[in-house]
Amino acid sequence: MLNFTIRRLLFTIPTLLLISLIIFLLLDLAPNDPTGNLPLTIPAEVREQIRKALGLGDPIYVRYYRWLVQFFVNEPLNLLGEWTHSCIGDCENRLRVTSWATRSPVVDLIAERMPQTLWVVGLSYVVGILIAVPIGVYSAYRQYSWFDQLGTFISMIGFSVPTFFTGVLMIVIFSVQLRWFPSIYDTTLRVTDWSSLGAQIRQMAMPVFVLALYNAAQISRFMRASMLDNLNQDYVRTARAKGLNERVVVLVHVLRNSLIPVVTVIALGVPQVFGGAIITEQVFKVNGLGQLLIIGIQGADIPLVQTLTFIFAVLIVLFNLIADILYGILDPRIRYD
Amino acid sequence: MPDGAISDLVPILDVKGLKTVFSTRSGEVHAVNSVSFDLAPGELLGVVGESGSGKSVTMMSLIGLLPQPPAEIRDGSVIFEGHDILQMSADDLRDIRGREIGFVFQDPMTSLNPVFTIGFQIMEPLRRHMGMNRAAARERAIELLELVGISDPGPRLSDYPHQFSGGMRQRVMIAIALACDPKVLIADEPTTALDVTIQAQILELVRDLRQKLGMGIIWITHDLGVIAGIADRVMVMYGGQVVEQAPVHELFSNPRHPYTRALLETLPSIAGGRSKRLRTIEGQPPALSAQPTSCPFRARCAHAMAVCAQKNPPIERLAHRHDVACFWSPDNADNAGEADA
Repeated sequence: MLNFTIRRLLFTIPTLLLISLIIFLLLDLAPNDPTGNLPLTIPAEVREQIRKALGLGDPIYVRYYRWLVQFFVNEPLNLLGEWTHSCIGDCENRLRVTSWATRSPVVDLIAERMPQTLWVVGLSYVVGILIAVPIGVYSAYRQYSWFDQLGTFISMIGFSVPTFFTGVLMIVIFSVQLRWFPSIYDTTLRVTDWSSLGAQIRQMAMPVFVLALYNAAQISRFMRASMLDNLNQDYVRTARAKGLNERVVVLVHVLRNSLIPVVTVIALGVPQVFGGAIITEQVFKVNGLGQLLIIGIQGADIPLVQTLTFIFAVLIVLFNLIADILYGILDPRIRYD
Repeated sequence: MPDGAISDLVPILDVKGLKTVFSTRSGEVHAVNSVSFDLAPGELLGVVGESGSGKSVTMMSLIGLLPQPPAEIRDGSVIFEGHDILQMSADDLRDIRGREIGFVFQDPMTSLNPVFTIGFQIMEPLRRHMGMNRAAARERAIELLELVGISDPGPRLSDYPHQFSGGMRQRVMIAIALACDPKVLIADEPTTALDVTIQAQILELVRDLRQKLGMGIIWITHDLGVIAGIADRVMVMYGGQVVEQAPVHELFSNPRHPYTRALLETLPSIAGGRSKRLRTIEGQPPALSAQPTSCPFRARCAHAMAVCAQKNPPIERLAHRHDVACFWSPDNADNAGEADA
């Protein structure tokens, strides 16, 4: 298992390098201009100089090499320096990956946005799983009961109605009509006492609910299907023949087997949490990573988009590996050696 | 086995008039129709019949292992140690399953849970029924694996089912069924999925265990050779009914029901002349959509008479413990019977 993990980790290095190159080339192909958002009064020569100053005049391999050095050498060195409160090498003049639009280091921008995304999107994922697993288990156990019919119907709706619709619908009902929750997420809110905690929970409630419904709809269908696959297996009959009570039969014997594919699906979904729910964040004005990416794309902020996309790619590759390892742990028939 | 001695004991399991019906989209299927039989302590009852004759369903319904719905037990009683299992609450029934009545299934490849160790699966009924702690259950599990002939049982407890061969897995299944010293063991075609040498080993093991433990065994099979080797008494099922029931020697030497006779004729014989072709029973067993009102075998029967289409022959006792359900008799129809035999 350890061998397998190390081998796979080593294999991720060329994979990720290739991915970063592809992202870089794709962004370079995109017909965008970082000076496009500047006032029209700026003459063309000045715009050309701005582009040169950003390094756009250099050949593509030079630009790619610079990004590689900045991201893989300078940024880690800088992080290390910050943690140890020391200066490693030429820390004053070392170039970090810098946003063209805001002139601040991209990594700092991401660190600013990360908490909101993790709280809202991450929490909605956890809530979604916590809702979905019991619903999936019970729906399968009581297949075709009214509970199953209702659960299947709601998950069909949750899955097929887009979040920009449910989100706006929630805002209309709960913010505009009932005035229970704010429609805009306030990032400056600091949780210091009970009332500010209440305000934080209120402003998180709607985006978390909308995303949790979407996640739960997906995962509960997987859970139900997987349970149904296992409920009719011979080993379930064996467990019943041993005189075990239904709770043990379903929650130990069947659930353990049914979770194997579901855990994989859940693990593969985690990178999307970090990616942020681009649309839902827009609807509720949560300034998370998804929104940052949108702003970067609109402003042709290549270093920002390149770095964010690459970090998403890293997470996807990483969680693929984690899903594989979990599979090996959960299913004794699969051992990688 | 001296069948006279065993058959005089009070039966440990007494099944009367068991009826099981499945509700399907295309209507009802009457899988078990008024099946009655009993099992004495220490007796081995062989149950034979084609696929779909209701052997497995009978045994599963009597300990409540059929999913209800679609199955429904319409009628009958199953008296085990003076109590009717069919009237028991689900909880009381669970106390009997695995504790008093052990079950071994047909396919050892799928009957064990793939994600739990063998040790966990053997220790489960021990801890559930006998209230054993981990250490005691472990000790007993090692004993059981030794009993069913698995060498080096201690380390093997932490192995998973996929690390065992088919025959070994069936031994593990038997160990689980025997874990709590049950009074009755129901084995549903336990050797069908195994190759012949492994089958012989399992049969040897069961013969051996039976003498050691003295429990009543119901052995479902469609292999008459197996029955001849191990059974005390044989019950032949057709169309969800018992058509003939007799001690093993009696059944093989004096079969009465045309279906039993036909089954015996399908056996290839080592001794004597070689027949041109292996005999078969033409046709398919019926799927019963209602209670049989006529003999279910008459369409395939060489001796079918007018009365067979009018009513279902009741099961009658002919001789000592020899029951048969047929209007035709080989004795008084000898002349007619010889013609086509």
